[in-house]
Amino acid sequence: MSILHTVNKSAYERNALESCLGHTRPGDAVLLIEDGVISARAGSTAGEKLAAAMAETGVSIYALGADMAARGIPEDKLVDGVKAIDYAGFVDLAAENDAVEAWL
Amino acid sequence: MKFGILVNEGPYQHQASDSAYQFARAALEKGHEVTRVFFYHDGVYNGTSYSVPPLDDRQVTKQWSELAKEHDVDLVLCVAACQRRGMMDDGEAERHGKGANNVAEGFRISGLGQLIETGIQSDRLVTFGD
Repeated sequence: MSILHTVNKSAYERNALESCLGHTRPGDAVLLIEDGVISARAGSTAGEKLAAAMAETGVSIYALGADMAARGIPEDKLVDGVKAIDYAGFVDLAAENDAVEAWL
Repeated sequence: MKFGILVNEGPYQHQASDSAYQFARAALEKGHEVTRVFFYHDGVYNGTSYSVPPLDDRQVTKQWSELAKEHDVDLVLCVAACQRRGMMDDGEAERHGKGANNVAEGFRISGLGQLIETGIQSDRLVTFGD
């Protein structure tokens, strides 16, 4: 059973991302939305945690493109391996995984 | 696939309602069904007919009303959250001796049981909040 985790807070504001990454299992997906996309910037402390999670836990990490654009984060500034998706991609992820968990 | 959506925050202060709306639109465009959107806590403010935002701003309540009309989406406002926040339909206004109905078109007031039912009857429940 795989879970899509959504994180909507910046790692510099709340610990939602860290809590989430501590509960993910191999095959899970994490989608960063709203202020959550701020954590996906390459060369940042939060970005390093994302890279480590992908390498160690085998989770896939995604960021919502519209929310990145609204916050001035271009795709080429994302941590390597983090994929930018649109709302249709969000819907696909929700459908492909068995459950959706929001880390509010 | 059947999607249920939970919105826990009001419009304009948080992005939750905007994100939920975009998700619902995208799901419907892909041919999925959005069985119900349940508005809880401050989320019930999304359903006030007294919202008159500037014309060049996004019309959050109106967008939800139109979505409900176009795709037959059930928009439910939590009754206990409404009572605390001054959201009334005709029945509630009469019961509490208040003057007006301020529930926008396409929304209805009902109980928390509707959220549980959505969780059971939908394939996925997607939550948007703070």
